[in-house]
Amino acid sequence: MDVQTHRGNLIMNTTTMAYRNLLKTIHDPDRFMDVIIQPIMFMLMFGYLFGGAIAGNVKNYLPTIVPGILIQTMLSAASGSGSQIREDLDSGVFDRFKSLPMAHIAPLAGQLFADILRLVIATVTCLTTGYLMGWRPVAGFGWIVVSGLLAIFTGWAISWIFALLGLLAKNATTVQSFSLITMMSLSFLSNAFIPIKTLSKTMQVIAYMNPITYVITAIRQILATGSLTHEALLVLIFGFGIVMIFAPLTVWAYDRNN
Amino acid sequence: MSVINAIEVSHLTKKFGIKTVVDDVSFNVKQGEVFGLLGPNGAGKTTILRMMTTLLRSNSGNVKIFGHDTLKEGRLARSMFGLTGQYASIDEDISARENLMIFSRLNGLSRSNSKRRTNELLEEFSLVTSADKALKNFSGGMRRRLDLAVSLITRPALIFLDEPTTGLDPRTRTQMWDTIKKLVAQGSTVLLTTQYLDEADQLADRIAVIDHGKLIKIGTPTELKQQVGGTSLNFTVKEIDQVDTAVKLVKDEFDTSIHQNDQQINIKLKKIDQLTPLLVSLQRAKITISNLTVQEPSLDDVFMDLTVGKN
Repeated sequence: MDVQTHRGNLIMNTTTMAYRNLLKTIHDPDRFMDVIIQPIMFMLMFGYLFGGAIAGNVKNYLPTIVPGILIQTMLSAASGSGSQIREDLDSGVFDRFKSLPMAHIAPLAGQLFADILRLVIATVTCLTTGYLMGWRPVAGFGWIVVSGLLAIFTGWAISWIFALLGLLAKNATTVQSFSLITMMSLSFLSNAFIPIKTLSKTMQVIAYMNPITYVITAIRQILATGSLTHEALLVLIFGFGIVMIFAPLTVWAYDRNN
Repeated sequence: MSVINAIEVSHLTKKFGIKTVVDDVSFNVKQGEVFGLLGPNGAGKTTILRMMTTLLRSNSGNVKIFGHDTLKEGRLARSMFGLTGQYASIDEDISARENLMIFSRLNGLSRSNSKRRTNELLEEFSLVTSADKALKNFSGGMRRRLDLAVSLITRPALIFLDEPTTGLDPRTRTQMWDTIKKLVAQGSTVLLTTQYLDEADQLADRIAVIDHGKLIKIGTPTELKQQVGGTSLNFTVKEIDQVDTAVKLVKDEFDTSIHQNDQQINIKLKKIDQLTPLLVSLQRAKITISNLTVQEPSLDDVFMDLTVGKN
C-alpha cells in the first residue's frame, strides 16, 4: 500500500514547524520565565531607583522608561531565538529535518513564528507592569495596542539577525554571551532610560547612531500623539528590510553547514 | 530491461581539512537487498551514510538514489528514503504521537492521513500505551522504535539505518532485528552501518568492510568468511611436559599455522579433513588432550583480519 503524499509547500511546512515549537513550549512553560521576569524586574528596579533622579518622580519617568524597557525586552527575547536555534541544530532531530523533502527555510521560519508568542507575552507583561506602576499614556488603549504591535514586529525582525548568529556560532553559550553584550550595549547606549540631551557630545553621536533609539522614539511618539508618525513608518520599512536581507542569509547559512 | 540500483555510489571522497575520511569509495546496492557497511569506530561509515542521505556534501564523486543524483535532484532523492540516525533523530521535548504527527505533516501527508498513519505506526511498534508520555521517560529501545517508526511514515522503498542497535540490550536488539527483517520481507531495501559483526551476519545480504575511509572488501558474509578461510581447532594438552612434543608433531606432520599459549594450542586447519589424522597422531604419541573445540571462521575473524582500527 502506498501512502498518499503531496509535495509539502513552504507555508504548510512552516506552520507545522511553528506548531512543533509551540508544542515544545507548552510542554515546558519554563521557557517563558525569562520574558516574564526580566521586564518586571527592570521596570521595578529602574522605575523606583532612577525615577526621582531623572524625572523628578516615578510617574513622570514612566513615559520614558516603559517604551525603553519594552524594546530592551524585545531585543532579549529576539536573542533567545538565536540560542534556541543553535541548541536545536546540535540535537539529532535537525538531521531528520534536513533529510526530509521539505522547504529549507521551514525549520527556521517555524521557530521564529512560534517565538512571536514569546514577544507577545513579553509585551503584555511589560505594558501591564507599567500600568500597575501608574503609567497612563494619553493616546488611549487603541494606540497602546498599536505601539505594542510595532514593538513585536521590530523584535521579530531582529530575531532573524540572531537566527543567523545562531547558525554561524559554534555553540549556544557563544550565542548567549554575545546576545547579552548586544542587548546591554544597544539598550543602554540609546534613549531607553535617559533623555539624550543629558549626554556628552560623543555619547550623543553614539546614541543617535543606535537604531534602537529610533524605535523607542517612534513608540513614544505613537503613545504621545495617538498617530502613526513619520518615525514609525521608517521603523516598519527598516524592519521589512532586515527580514528581506536576513531571511535569505539564514537559509544560506543553514545550507552551508552541509 | 535492467532494473535500476537502489543506490549507486561512485568514487565518493570526503576530506575534513587535510584529512581524507572517505577515500574513493564505490559500490552499488540492488533493490530489495540488505547492505551492511561494517567497520570499526571512526572508519568513515557514518560519513558515507551522511553523504548518501544529502546531509553532507562530498568533495568528489556522486551518489544516485534510484537513479536520481543526490546533488542535482536533492529533493526528489530525499523523498525516496527514510533515515534513522545514530543519535535519536526525534524530538525529545514532545510526545511520541506528536513526533509522528509532525513528521507525517512534514512528509506532506494531509491531516487526516497523518492521524491514521500515526495510529498505525504506534500500533505496529507497540508504542500505543506510551504514545502521549514525554520522551524523556522512554527507554533506549522505545526511542529507537519510535525513531524507526518516524523513518517509515511514507513507507520508503529505501531505508538507511545508522548503527540501529548500538547501546541496546540483547533483548531489544533482537526485537530490532526482527523489525528490520520484517521490513525486508515487505520488499524494502535497507542500508545499515554497524560495528557488530553478528548483526551484519544476521541481517545483511552483502557487506562492505570499511577501514580508514577505504572500502577494503565487499561480498556476502559467506564469501568474506571463506576469504579469511580455515577452520580453527583449539585444545589443551593435559600434561605440561607433553606440550613441546605436541607442537613439534603438529608442525612436522601438518603444514599449518600454530599458536601456543601455555598448555593451550590453536591450529588453523586448511581443510576439515585434516582433523582426523591429526587426532590420530596425537593419540599415537600418547598425548592426552582436553577442551577440544572446532570453530568455523566468524565475521569477527574477518573484521580482525581486514581492519586495523584507529587505536
